[in-house]
Amino acid sequence: MSNHTQPMNDLKLDETSACINHSEKKESVFSLLKYALIGMLFGIVFVKAEIISWFRIQEMFLLQSFHMYGVIGTAVTVGIISVAIIKKYNIKTIQGEKIIIVPKTFTKGQIYGSLLFGLGWAMTGTCPGPIFAQIGSGLMSGFFILASALFGTWTYGFFQEKLPH
Amino acid sequence: MFEIIESLKVPWPWYVAGAVIGLIVPALLIIGNKTFGLSSNLRHICAACFPANIKFFKYNWKNELWNLFFVVGIMIGAFIATHYLSNSNAIIINENLKSTLINLGVTDFQHLMPAELFSFNSLSSIRGFILMVVGGFLVGFGTRYANGCTSGHAIMGLSNLQWPSLVATICFMLGGFIMTNFILPFILQFN
Repeated sequence: MSNHTQPMNDLKLDETSACINHSEKKESVFSLLKYALIGMLFGIVFVKAEIISWFRIQEMFLLQSFHMYGVIGTAVTVGIISVAIIKKYNIKTIQGEKIIIVPKTFTKGQIYGSLLFGLGWAMTGTCPGPIFAQIGSGLMSGFFILASALFGTWTYGFFQEKLPH
Repeated sequence: MFEIIESLKVPWPWYVAGAVIGLIVPALLIIGNKTFGLSSNLRHICAACFPANIKFFKYNWKNELWNLFFVVGIMIGAFIATHYLSNSNAIIINENLKSTLINLGVTDFQHLMPAELFSFNSLSSIRGFILMVVGGFLVGFGTRYANGCTSGHAIMGLSNLQWPSLVATICFMLGGFIMTNFILPFILQFN
């Protein structure tokens, strides 16, 4: 639990709410397989609903199709209802822990970074989940996009302290 | 049984996909107190493979192994769907988009990505290189700078009613609109 022991000022710059592991329990490799199972279901949906298609992303940004808006809109609606139910009834994890969702803190980096990501999303037709689905479905381009995205993330890490946040 | 498998082979409607993706949010919370977010994996892979003594990559990425298992699952799921749950029909594309693309020399509508732009061969064309390499770089750089992507901000963040995620989502869409409508038509001319 590295992030819980970090001083607060560190946490601000090193804001990692999207990747903090909240569970205090160590999980075995066998136990981790349940995440792979949920990932599998996600991968099937990515392909079957054509979410990993470059064409669907272009149609979305050209307002030529409702499909992607329908997918994202439904997902957010179901997500909002689910999180509200979890909070209202204080639902615990299957290990009996209290469910914690760390609030997102705002930085100006979210504006700059999100705009840059939006440009890349429309160019590649891909965001970080679908990259892996493209590789799984045998599209060679997925490897090139993944390698470039890793280099992008690495470059961000290299310049992080010099960038405006 | 045969009919069930045949009905799975046609493209799935948006409400089925949206509902399944939305349910991943509570599923991850309930099975292990995990928040949905996929771009972090790019950071974990960097931390595991190329940390280069950079502060941003100095953390115990092994705590985040669950998320790497999650993406391995995505790859397996995509493999299964492509090889066992797909028919060979070309994907249906808006006619306006189709004619615009044909004029720009993009004629492969058989796959999820057009081969003229996204393939090994197209890597040596100017437009293919820009789309895959520059585009991929912007995805990796931008998501980390924004501290989340479509899953972490647009789905997980909005599900938890976080206004910074709403700002991020609006900027994702704005960037996409600018690229597709104003910049991409220019890039696609460089065959």
